[in-house]
Amino acid sequence: MATNERSFVQDSTDFFCSLKLTLFLLISLALTSIIGTVLPQGQLPPEYVAQISPTKLQIYSKLGFFDMYHSWWFISLLYIFSLNLVSCSIKRLPHVFKFVSEPTLVLTESARNAYSLRREIAVSGPMEKCRESLAAFLGAEFSSPVVTEHNGELHLFSQKSAWSRLGVYVVHLSILVIFVGAIIGSLSGYKGFVSIVEGTSINTVEGRNGNQIPLGFEVLCEKFSVDFYATGAPKEFRSILTVLENGKPVPGYSQVKVIVNHPLTYKGITFYQSSYGQASEGSEHYITVTPRSGGTPEKIAVHEGAAVTLADGTMVKLLEATQEVREFAPGFSGPAARIEVTRKGATPQTFIIFKDFPEMNAQRGDALIFGYDGTNARMYTGLQVAKDPGVWVVWLGCTLMVVGLYIAFFMSHKRIWLVISKGHARIYGNASKNQAAFEMQFDAIAEKFQKLKI
Amino acid sequence: MTSSMFFNVATIAYLISMIVFFAFLAGRNKTIGFAGSLIAYAGLAVHTLAIGLRWKESYDMGVGHAPMSNLYESIVFFAWTIVLLFAYIDLKYKYRIIGAFVIPFALLGMAWAQLGMNTGIEPLVPALQSNWLLYHVITCFLGYAAFAVACGISIMYLIKAALEGNDSSAQAGGLMSMFPPLKVLDDLNYRAIMIGFPLLTLGIITGAAWANYAWGTYWSWDPKETWSLIVWFVYAAFLHARFTRGWVGKRAAWLSVIGFAATIFCYLGVNLFLSGLHSYGGSKM
Repeated sequence: MATNERSFVQDSTDFFCSLKLTLFLLISLALTSIIGTVLPQGQLPPEYVAQISPTKLQIYSKLGFFDMYHSWWFISLLYIFSLNLVSCSIKRLPHVFKFVSEPTLVLTESARNAYSLRREIAVSGPMEKCRESLAAFLGAEFSSPVVTEHNGELHLFSQKSAWSRLGVYVVHLSILVIFVGAIIGSLSGYKGFVSIVEGTSINTVEGRNGNQIPLGFEVLCEKFSVDFYATGAPKEFRSILTVLENGKPVPGYSQVKVIVNHPLTYKGITFYQSSYGQASEGSEHYITVTPRSGGTPEKIAVHEGAAVTLADGTMVKLLEATQEVREFAPGFSGPAARIEVTRKGATPQTFIIFKDFPEMNAQRGDALIFGYDGTNARMYTGLQVAKDPGVWVVWLGCTLMVVGLYIAFFMSHKRIWLVISKGHARIYGNASKNQAAFEMQFDAIAEKFQKLKI
Repeated sequence: MTSSMFFNVATIAYLISMIVFFAFLAGRNKTIGFAGSLIAYAGLAVHTLAIGLRWKESYDMGVGHAPMSNLYESIVFFAWTIVLLFAYIDLKYKYRIIGAFVIPFALLGMAWAQLGMNTGIEPLVPALQSNWLLYHVITCFLGYAAFAVACGISIMYLIKAALEGNDSSAQAGGLMSMFPPLKVLDDLNYRAIMIGFPLLTLGIITGAAWANYAWGTYWSWDPKETWSLIVWFVYAAFLHARFTRGWVGKRAAWLSVIGFAATIFCYLGVNLFLSGLHSYGGSKM
């Protein structure tokens, strides 16, 4: 029984330590991740629900395919991946530590034959003198050696960047650090959204599940505006925000410009420019009607979708209005409105009137000239809101990963032994990686070594 | 626009370089191989000039930005990084026959960009107005280019392994004599991925940092993000496969080819077939 248990523990340890499991997990993670890029994730669009068969929909939902990166099986894969990473590292680390802390000071015969990088010179002086000058040579050319006497031979061992063997474990650790950062973020952070109408302030934001999250302070939207390129493409969405504590602006957080790629952070909560629109509810639009024959212009106020009857019985209906007409009427810009005008006993006419192009308004050769004067409607700004205290842990993990990868791929543990025997001295070299580059360094040292007269 | 003309010159240079490399493959004349490399370098120089000019032209137009803002500009930059990486491998490891399998990738990209795409310079949409654009795009595409080179080398490996497998006695015969030995190809494949993997990692990290800065989430499982992670997983598997018996050689070469296919899907497929946050990378053809 005891042996069975032991072998079970042994078996499972071996299983979690195996590189084959690593390969299986990496390939499984790669393959399963594809699902979430093909199927919609989160809230399903109604068009999608309409076109998929109910059975399929049910099976996919059961399998968690519509939120697959948070499904039990994907999270389990990540846990097994972490476990595999930890056990592999734990299994190999002691070995590597031993390699670094207890270097091979004495080169055995078999090791000497295994290394292809070696040279030999004849030495005639006494051992002590050889030892002194060769130790100085190695110290000057490579790094100071440790000298060991063994079987009547002197072994001079020197090494560089022994710790570079730890690079790969730094990378493994960094993955775990990133996971920890992600877990901190998901436990104590949140993502939300808020829209603020110009001139108003908010003190809560809406979380992902529709819940209201109190901020503990207020955010006031002073102004929102959009700039356009000459082509009509948007150039900049800009909110001017002020943070209020107890109704008073916080110094340094007053009239802050927030644009895409330039968020505002206060007390660990960050606000990102995300969308905008017109808070049109209840707002009025102003139209000036001027008789072409002269006379006093008439100013009218109208709601979107509503109609007003003028003194002469003409009915004016405001179909829609925009504060930037460029995308609807190429060549024009600024505020404009589309109105429907019905003269008494005539058929309705629909046309666009501009604020900044009065000559266009006049060109429409009619008895009445209509001009758009703008609106008292205010804009609202849509802001993404995020609090993520784990993000610094994630960046720490990322930094570790880059440093670890650099060490693991571009640095190597280089070792040189000098073995002094009676009558001759031999030099041997070995590098943990990139043998070709080390060979050049070794050759240069060996060249000088062979010119030594001792 | 003068940059456009220079891009055409570079494309033609890559075409000639490829043909010369094929001639090198058939004729085994070292001078021809050297000429192939020289023409590719000349193309690279003109290509570099053209990218610089396009950058300047965008400033002259008043919409100044690095030429990496849409599909056309990114593919032109991708081709540039591929030839750059080829030059590095050629100069460092002296196996220029690799050019016959790597330059075609650059040529394909340039030809597609020059013939099939709108080459106009457009102003930068708000989402891309950030210095992160430069860091993110450069690291990603250098990584992609290293994977392209690795893929070319792996294809050579698979061809050579298949032909030699059939007839082991003809080891040094015919075309195959021009190919580096299998062991060298395997090693070069590994070295190319050793360059690409850290760059891809940096590309993903700079992307995450930018996303966090612009949108408030460093990771949102957007298709582009997910596919970059898939690519990362495949090459991580490749790196671990090298230490596992039964996975070295052919299987590792296949992993490298699959990795590059995933890379291309991550780069193009996601924009063309899937929807997501990277929509500005989509083509306007």
